[in-house]
Amino acid sequence: MTSSAPANAEVAAYAIRLGDDALILSHRLSEWSAHAPQIEEDIALSNIALDLLGQARTLLTYGGSYSGRSEDDLAYLREERQFTNLQLTEIENGNFAVTMIRQLLFSCYQHELYRDLESSRDAQLAAIAAKAVKEVAYHVEHASTWIIRLGDGTELSHDRAQAALETVWPYSHEMFADDELARRIADLGVGPLPSGLRPAWLGSVQDVLTEATLTLPDDDWKPTGGRKGLHTEGFGYLLAEMQHLHRSHPGAQW
Amino acid sequence: MTPEATMTTGADLEKLAALRLAAAEVPDPEIPVLTIADLGILRDVRFAADGLPEVVLTPTYSGCPATEAIRQDVLTQTRSVDARVRVVIELAPAWTTDWITDDGKAKLRDYGIAPPRPTRTGPVPVRLGSRPAVRDAARTDPARCPRCDSADTELISQFGSTPCKSLRRCRGCAEPFDEFKSL
Repeated sequence: MTSSAPANAEVAAYAIRLGDDALILSHRLSEWSAHAPQIEEDIALSNIALDLLGQARTLLTYGGSYSGRSEDDLAYLREERQFTNLQLTEIENGNFAVTMIRQLLFSCYQHELYRDLESSRDAQLAAIAAKAVKEVAYHVEHASTWIIRLGDGTELSHDRAQAALETVWPYSHEMFADDELARRIADLGVGPLPSGLRPAWLGSVQDVLTEATLTLPDDDWKPTGGRKGLHTEGFGYLLAEMQHLHRSHPGAQW
Repeated sequence: MTPEATMTTGADLEKLAALRLAAAEVPDPEIPVLTIADLGILRDVRFAADGLPEVVLTPTYSGCPATEAIRQDVLTQTRSVDARVRVVIELAPAWTTDWITDDGKAKLRDYGIAPPRPTRTGPVPVRLGSRPAVRDAARTDPARCPRCDSADTELISQFGSTPCKSLRRCRGCAEPFDEFKSL
């Protein structure tokens, strides 16, 4: 890429945070390759993973350039506590309904986020978002279609979709938590305040859930900590698989 | 910068034209009937601030693996014109399928891939209730079968064999086909 480095450490950390979200969810989705319920879905999930990986690469390349770190340094050589992705993006795939609910909640959030970032004062983040928002529109559509089909399907698929929603919902709150960095980024005019994205997000999600005959869970448990490097139990296993080749063969290329 | 570096001579213009010609012919590695000029991803050929020539590309999808292959192919094709040539990638403004040339669209159809429909009628501006949508059914312009030209086709999956294609089926001739997604 030809862009200059981020203007300050906050913008760099913010780009890495968004890059971590895309990278980790991309890896989770790639675990479906050759395991999805039908071949079209295998291809769809792999394509969505690829879109997210592309977004992660531009975001991590940009964020890392502030401190002289490459996208590979960030993806393959950081420890668990140094990743700042949302816990929502790392939770295990579960059954297909769990994965699709996670896709719905995250894609709708990412769509609102990128739409806002298109007018960021940071030119490179605005350029990345303007490109990615068009890809994410397809992710939203894909997840919405599946959730409606599962929720408004058979009794079994409905029950599984509702159970998946109850499982994943608590992790949605972290997307809208305003921490110190998020407030600073909003003050700089670089990105939106996360809490400000929630009303539009909830409208989108509620629309799909209603059509899917699913019930919005109560807001109860709100796990958090991903942005501070605190992760779920399964995250270490994810990193082990993702980083193993690069750590075993430093600098390996093909 | 020296004064010479800021002047564009006739020889410079000829060099840019030769570079453009060489770069424009590079085929897309996944859809080889299309060149990068047909795709609308060859954005510029120019002299950079340091006076060296550069070819500017823009990616189709953020994660398209072909981007790296195209970068290499462009370098290979243009080095004979000037060995110092660089290839740079620029994201803004974001690529859209509307930039595929009419000639490119015709080549796609002949190759068996339905060309992209204009983005004006979708996918991004569509909203279904309050949520963003790329609902195929919301479109007023049908995707036509590249084999029999029937407008009676249905979507099988928004995601196909490459990031830029969706998978459809023709109800007229019963054949499946790829459509270049509107982006």
